[in-house]
Amino acid sequence: MTARYLLRFGTIGYLLMVLLIPVGLVFYRAFQHGLGPAWDAVTTPGAVHAFWLTILIAAIAVPANALFGVALAIALVRHRFPGHGLVNALVDLPLALSPVVVGLALALLYGTGGWLGGLATHGVKILFAVPGMVLATIFVSLPFVVREVVPVLREIGTEQEQAASVLGGSPFYVFRRVTLPAIRWGVAYGIVLTMARAIGEFGAVSIVSGRIEGQTQTLTLYVKDQFDNFDFTGAYAASVLLAAIALITVLAMSLLKPKDGA
Amino acid sequence: MATSPTVAAAAPGRAKSLAGAALGRGILAGYLSLIVLVPLAALVWRSGQDGRHAFWSAVTTPQAVAALRLTLVSSLAVAAINAVTGTSIAWVLVRDRFPGKGLLNAVIDLPFALPTIVAGLTLLVLYGPSGPFGIDVAFTRVAILLALLFVTLPFVVRAVQPVLLELDREMEEAAASLGAKPTAIFRRIVFPNLLPAILAGVALAFARSVGEYGSVVLISGNLPFKTEVSSVYIFSHIESSDTTGAAAVSVVLLAISLAVLLAIGAFRRWRDEA
Repeated sequence: MTARYLLRFGTIGYLLMVLLIPVGLVFYRAFQHGLGPAWDAVTTPGAVHAFWLTILIAAIAVPANALFGVALAIALVRHRFPGHGLVNALVDLPLALSPVVVGLALALLYGTGGWLGGLATHGVKILFAVPGMVLATIFVSLPFVVREVVPVLREIGTEQEQAASVLGGSPFYVFRRVTLPAIRWGVAYGIVLTMARAIGEFGAVSIVSGRIEGQTQTLTLYVKDQFDNFDFTGAYAASVLLAAIALITVLAMSLLKPKDGA
Repeated sequence: MATSPTVAAAAPGRAKSLAGAALGRGILAGYLSLIVLVPLAALVWRSGQDGRHAFWSAVTTPQAVAALRLTLVSSLAVAAINAVTGTSIAWVLVRDRFPGKGLLNAVIDLPFALPTIVAGLTLLVLYGPSGPFGIDVAFTRVAILLALLFVTLPFVVRAVQPVLLELDREMEEAAASLGAKPTAIFRRIVFPNLLPAILAGVALAFARSVGEYGSVVLISGNLPFKTEVSSVYIFSHIESSDTTGAAAVSVVLLAISLAVLLAIGAFRRWRDEA
């Protein structure tokens, strides 16, 4: 019985020290001078621009990865094709790879002297512009929808899909009426994770964006820049905004989780 | 699913769907190549552009070696700590009952959802020079450990939790009725069943630690030879236009990531067989 309490309070204590107190303190620091200064700090032109840029990038990266994530999951579970193992590895790689490495890889590909560096001279600006930041964000948030949908697809099997197909349903009809309803909670959970990762990405975007204030600065880059410029209220306020998004994400995750696969 | 050409010709709808499948595969292959494969190929190609000697001397500069050693040692330490704390947290969440457990279960995912730069700022506020408890570990190696523990917290918990939930308790009850002590039951019955999941979670936590940047960059101080990890090393060498140095160390991190993914694949197969 003592061991049980020791474990319980040890665990809670660890979570408090590593997780809960730090996050709570940022909220306190942001609002310790009242709501006014915090509101002023997140409504400066730079902060507002960073906010909308973050939303824009997520609005492109999340649907792209949702669409291709579902397609990749179906390909991995339902089809055998040459390079199956390679595709599986490529999908997992962003989970294990440093975002700084991702950023450098994109910078080398689209930078001067890179294989696709010529695009810039033809007026297609990728590096130090929004397209590069979108590519970096898609890279780092690629695995989440795939990884959530793959186990659900395995579990539901193919019987219903085959029945619908035999009864004359076109592949698209079968997908829309049979497969999609079965995987929808997995897709939703994956989208929530993708969104959180897309909004929170820092390292890769930091390299490919060039961090031009008011142009290629996302919220996470804004936090870092304000901190470096000793505008702590601005850094804390933007952090609280991001933390609030994270809390909503966690709430959405816990609401979606029990229904996973149902 | 193989269809001979004659059958396909007899059923035009079938031929159409096969063509559709081929087109779909082409689009998927193009997407993966554009997003993941080609950029990484460009990185590997660039790291070898100046020849093998340039690559090797870039990886073995004292500063690069010190950063890599610090990265690997702190990631190993973080992985080991997570094996214990993660398993304990999963155990408490599955087997214990107390008010507020649901909330605790939900906040475990917070490090997944919180941007890493916010995590770093958060830890700096608490454990930095102006922290409320007078604990100041900013710009030390302890700070790096703290940041890595924060961002890797969910990995082992979320890997072990489902396995522990599904674990048949009859074995444990049988052992207990035969007089086995709780520690013996854990060591001989529970632990062997959890081990593949623990290892898979630990491996992911390790890979994440090796590459972590956002949470470390504020609190570690980035002092070369002291608190500079490899990802920060890469970043600062990009900033100072030493592309060869940055690309070479990046390729080393890429190789570590691939090795860890291979290991995780092996743990998964082991778990599925077990």
